[in-house]
Amino acid sequence: MVRPYALVRGRTKPTGDVLDVISMIYSLRMSAPDPADLEPEHLAVLRQCGLPMCVADLASALDLPLGVIRILLADLRDRGLIRIQRPRPERLTDVRLLREVADGLRRL
Amino acid sequence: MAYDDCDASRMPHFDETGAPVAVKILVAGGFGVGKTTLVGSLTEIRPLRTEEGLSGPGAAIDMIVGVEDKRTTTVAMDFGRITLNHGLVIYLFGMPGQERFWFMWDDLSSGTLGAVVLADVRRLADCFPSIDYFERRNTPFVVALNCFAGTRRYQQDEVRRALDLDVHVPIVSCDARERGSCRDGLVTLVDHAIDLVGSGVAVSPTRDQR
Repeated sequence: MVRPYALVRGRTKPTGDVLDVISMIYSLRMSAPDPADLEPEHLAVLRQCGLPMCVADLASALDLPLGVIRILLADLRDRGLIRIQRPRPERLTDVRLLREVADGLRRL
Repeated sequence: MAYDDCDASRMPHFDETGAPVAVKILVAGGFGVGKTTLVGSLTEIRPLRTEEGLSGPGAAIDMIVGVEDKRTTTVAMDFGRITLNHGLVIYLFGMPGQERFWFMWDDLSSGTLGAVVLADVRRLADCFPSIDYFERRNTPFVVALNCFAGTRRYQQDEVRRALDLDVHVPIVSCDARERGSCRDGLVTLVDHAIDLVGSGVAVSPTRDQR
């Protein structure tokens, strides 16, 4: 049992912008990570994101606080090990997409 | 991520990275109004939440008049997921109701499709901060009256007057424990968002992504 913020050496802020909770993350495979440089949790994130996964899903899957996940992701981004797909604001005014959301909900 | 209920007959929305399109819907409202219950009724995954016992001092800060049976509260966030089809996923986030967690609101609300503001007719004023917040940000929202056992049904115009709510903002009745009822609330919200786009209401820059 390790206190979550000990995993990121007591840091409470990620480098760079704050990642949206629904940003999609996926692992890049071109460069092999250096295990000496990474914590096991970094590697766990890379394993989880073989298929794109959003930040909140990652926090849930790894059972880590959102703040810790964001720091781990910033580390991985700085090392070029992941790609981040941010949500696009123009989707919020895309009526076709909104209709699909409404219709999808009606079918539940 | 599992998408078991994928339906190949529908056009998936994947973006160029192969990621499904994710939309964010918020569940807001005062402390103890039923946000956690609503997210739990709709989500296909175990809701992610951190509940903490209400201590004596905490109970003094968190007004629990009318919810005296409540012994825990959400201090982190509720998070749920609804997969609509192979390429389209709704993420639900509960916004912590207590004033001392309002700093989290901006973080969660950026780029949201809209919000369901849950209201308890016995403590209507508790949802004022949420309504103010979404009005200021031009975020589409609906007010859902959570029908607790033992509360009388209120007329919608009565509630609209009490909340000083714009005539175009939908008010629905809802039982946060019932999946179908919660689903209908979300449908009303998305239809309302479509109406706002159609009516040319400007999208607030605060809805942009960071």
